[in-house]
This record gives sequence, structure tokens and C-alpha cells, in this order.
Amino acid sequence: MRLAYLVKRVLFLIAVVWVAATIVFFIPRLSARNPIRERFAEIARSTGFAPKDLEQIIAAYEVKFGLNKPLLQQYVEYMGGVLRGDLGPSLTRFPKTVLELIFSALPWTIVLLMLTTLLSFALGNLLGALASWPRSPRFVKGLMAPLMMLQAVPAYLLGLLLIFFIAFRLKLLPMGGAYSQGVTPSLTLEFILDAARHQILPAISLILASLGFWALGMRGMGITIQGEDYVNFAEHKGLHPRTIFTQYYVRNALLPQVTGLALAFGSVIVSGVLVEQLYGLPGLGGLLGDAILKNDYFVIYGITLFVILSIAILMFLVDLIYPLLDPRIRYESR
Amino acid sequence: MTQMAAVGPQPDAQEIRYEQPSRLTLTGRYLRRNKSLVLGLAIVIALTLFTVIGSLTIDTEKRAYPLAVKPKQPPSAEYPLGTDFFGRDLLAVMVRGIWQTAVIGLIAGAIGTGVGVILGFLSAYYGGVVDTLIRAITEVLLPIPAFLILVIIAGSIDRKSVTIYTMALIVSLLAWMGPTRVMRAQVLTLKERLFVNVARLSGMSNLEIVFKEILPNMLPFILASFVSGVFAGIFASFGLSVLGLGPLREPLIGNTIWFAQQQAAFFNGWWWWPLWPSLALVLIFVSLTLINVGLDELANPRVRRAE
Repeated sequence: MRLAYLVKRVLFLIAVVWVAATIVFFIPRLSARNPIRERFAEIARSTGFAPKDLEQIIAAYEVKFGLNKPLLQQYVEYMGGVLRGDLGPSLTRFPKTVLELIFSALPWTIVLLMLTTLLSFALGNLLGALASWPRSPRFVKGLMAPLMMLQAVPAYLLGLLLIFFIAFRLKLLPMGGAYSQGVTPSLTLEFILDAARHQILPAISLILASLGFWALGMRGMGITIQGEDYVNFAEHKGLHPRTIFTQYYVRNALLPQVTGLALAFGSVIVSGVLVEQLYGLPGLGGLLGDAILKNDYFVIYGITLFVILSIAILMFLVDLIYPLLDPRIRYESR
Repeated sequence: MTQMAAVGPQPDAQEIRYEQPSRLTLTGRYLRRNKSLVLGLAIVIALTLFTVIGSLTIDTEKRAYPLAVKPKQPPSAEYPLGTDFFGRDLLAVMVRGIWQTAVIGLIAGAIGTGVGVILGFLSAYYGGVVDTLIRAITEVLLPIPAFLILVIIAGSIDRKSVTIYTMALIVSLLAWMGPTRVMRAQVLTLKERLFVNVARLSGMSNLEIVFKEILPNMLPFILASFVSGVFAGIFASFGLSVLGLGPLREPLIGNTIWFAQQQAAFFNGWWWWPLWPSLALVLIFVSLTLINVGLDELANPRVRRAE
């Protein structure tokens, strides 16, 4: 039954998120670090401000954030909060909540990661399919080795090298930031063009780093499909090569790649986080990097959980879409 | 390695005098065909030579740490790779950094693969409750991006006490799920093979079968898993250290890049500072991938035929 399968999947994904949330909750509590104390120590170091009743202030903050309660009670309350969509306050940007910070950063990340993932998926699969297609020109096949090497390099490093060659040496594009300095964000064409110019290098580094994954996977699929009877039959029927390529070849080879898309979300988000941090973009990655520097623990947990939750949801969506793409699959267990 | 090449239809010994070439010749012949393995190994050997010769000729104990040389010098005859903002000789930094990066990768790869082999064997060979438990844990943990959990673990540790060894341990904490799954699948197929049944019928004990029959046949897979483990370990430790979570006192490659970014090296025109570590990491990642592709070809004759 399809419903039974979906319920099973949902339960599995809930287990994944719950395990992740538990790990995220307990690991920092097992360590001896106290983020609030560190925060005040940091303030004392940088400004010379060291109040006499520091211990009381710390204790008051701990009460405020509920850190003085027994660990298990905190755990239950934190999980309850997560269920209600409350990821807690930000320690360094209080009274802003973690969720507010995440939602203000999210649009940047979504635009960058969505665009690059879709572009990379389309381009990579096309290149991979062409590389395994016997009639395609030789240079496409020659592209596979460089793509394989690029795939080995983290997007962060590609980004760094792009900054060096294109922004620093040739001065073609800005070195970082989401928009030019002195420009206020607005919905004018001028601003959008300026922001888009700043997204080009991050986007290229993300695309280059992931292109090889799709291209190599697609080529592997294409090679196995080549010998299939239905492809031979279509050729003998005298169908136009282009029809065979699009309708028989790509359509069938693409299916496992869509499953790959669900699995790739995790690595896409991780490399996106690092690339955003590199270019100083205001997305989730920039937020995470900032939170790590300032020891803003609740923000770190919040982003981690949010990302894992989105991955689980995306995996589930792919499960839902898959039977639409492949009519042979009906999730029926007989 | 050479065993593989010798397998195949043996000609009738009486009709044709078939001379088996020496092991060395066979290996040489195979390597000529497996170009990615050769290229990958060549890069790794070159990097090893760089660190070995470097640490023998340069005082890396001193020059790779702050306040050793004149700061912010571009590459010159005296400082071939230049010096950084804190007064470190970047040549010494690279020599030590590549070595430390390799140590982290090797430890993480060894732990990940070791745990994976043990769990995979337990899971596949004994089955039952053990199998269900190990499989459930692996499957729930696999979709979680390990890197984000590592960020939290590394962030919870007092940053001053982080060394390259704690870094390696942190990175290997979540590196065993992949190998476990691969090993389990391999043992499952191997234990149904005829030779294992023959061994069992001839009275071999379980342990003997595992060590004498199954393990030797899994060596290519274990090796491939180890190489990907090293890759993943270096990848993860790099990600952590460019976020500033590495052992900040050490000239680890990722740390060097993080420091350069923190001081806005490109913006200030100190281009050589982040450039060398980036290039070194590109070489490391590319070489490991090439070796892995080569090993894949070695272990999977089917891939060999498709090429």
C-alpha cells in the first residue's frame, strides 16, 4: 500500500530529526563550557567592563534561559519548544529569537542554493548523458576527467581560487559581500543587479564543485542503458536520434539521479554554508559562522536543527514526486 | 594486486609453454593501464617528499609558528612562499601543515574503516538482533549531515585545548556509518560463496573463516574505504578549521586559510598567504580521488571492461 509506505517514511524521518535534535541538545551540555560566562568574559576583555555582581548576573541569565533546571527537564522543554517551532533566544542578539534570525537569513540561502543546485543538476546531467551518447562530439567526453577532478575539490576552495583569479587579479567581480558598500537594500532594479553581480562567484564555485557528481552519475547510467533492448529497438525502428536521446535515453537515465538529488541536499547545504561564510553573504552560512565566532550556542543549534529538518522534508518531497516521474513505481508491496 | 591479473582461462600447460611474467612486470603492466592510480600515487609521493625534505632542511618547529620571521613578505629568494601577517614562514607552514593534515586524515580514515569493518562483519556474519540494531543506527545517522554535528562537537570543546589529535578523533566520530554499510554488503555476498561453504564443511571455525577466507577477499574494498575515509577526514577537518574551529595554534592548512580570511588577505594584497594552502589542498583532494578511482577499477573488473 502506498499509504503504509509513506507512513513508514514519515516515521523514519521523524526518527532522524529526533536523533539529531537529541545529539544537538546533549553534546554541548556534556562539556564544561558556559556560553554566558564566556560572553561576559569576552565583554570584560574587549571593553574592560567587569561588574562586581557578575556571578549574580550570570545566574540571572541562566534562570532567564532556563539553564538552571535539571538537564532532563531542560531536554523535555527544548524538545517541546522545537515541536512548537520555538528554537530559543539568541544569546548575543537577545531579544531576537533564533527563528527570527534564521528567517531573515533564509531568502539569501534559498535563492543561492536553489539556483545553483538546479543549474548544476540540469547542466551536469546533460553533459553526463552526452558523454555516454555514442554520437556526441569527442570534446564532451574529454570534459569528464576535468569534471571528476573538480568534483573532488570543496566548493570553498574553488571559491577561494575564483576570488584570487577573477576578483583579485582580473578585478572583474567583487571579492565578497552581498551588495556594494553604501547601498541600502531595496527592491529597485539597480539593487537587484548589484546583488546579482555579487552572487556570481559564489554560484559558480558551488556549481563547479557539484557538476561532476551529476555528470559522472548520469554517464554511468547512460552506459548501462545503451545496451538495453528498447534503445536498440528504437534505433532499428528508424527514430530520429534526437528523439531517442531525449525520450528513451535521458528520460530513463534521469530517474536514479532524482533520488540522488534528495541525498545531495545535505552536502549542498553544507558546502553552501561554507561558501557563504567565505564570501561574507548574509545567509544561513554567514549566520552560522558568526554564531560560532561569538559562541552564540542557541543560534548554532537552531541552524543545525533547521537544516536537518529541511533535509528530512526535502527527502520526503522527493519520495512523493518520484512516482509521478516514474510510472513504474507505485509503492505497492505485494 | 597481481593475483587479479593472473586469473583467467589458463592455457593447457602441455601444449603451450606459458611463462608467467614476474610479479614486478605484471604490476608494471597493470599500472600502465590504470593511469588514475598512477597519477594519484605520484601526487601523494610528491607531497610526501615535499614534507619529508622540508622538515629535514627547515626548522619547522620554529618558523611555522608566529613571530619567527619578518611579517607580510611576498615570495622572494629568502622566503620562497612569502610570510604571513603573524610572522610565519609560509614554506615552513606548508611543510608542517600538509603533514598535520595528512595525520588527521590517516587517523580518521583508520578509525572509520576499522570500526566499519568490525561493525559490518558483526552485522552481516551474525545477523539477527545485532544486525537489526547496527543497521537501524546507521540508517538513522546517515541522512544527518555529519559536518553540522561535528561543528557542534568542535564548538563544545574548549578551543584552547584542541590539538590535531582531538581534531582527528572528532572527525572520525561520524565517519564509520558509510564503511559499515559497504562492509556489511560485501560480507553478505561473500559469505554465500562456494569457497566459504567449502571451508565451513571442512570444519573451519567461524573466526578462521572470517580471517582466512573472507577478509583477504575484502582487502580491495577495505583499501578503497580507507582512502575515502582519509578523504572525508581531511574534508571535514578542513571545513571545521575554515570556520575557525580547528586547533588554532597549529599551522594546519585549513587554519592557515582561516587566518588569511580573518585578516582579509586578498583585500590587503597578501595574495600568497591563502593561495599556497588552497593549492596544496586541491592537490591532496584530487590525488585521493584519483587513487580511489584507480582502486575502484582494481576492485571492480566490470568498471575496467566498460572503459
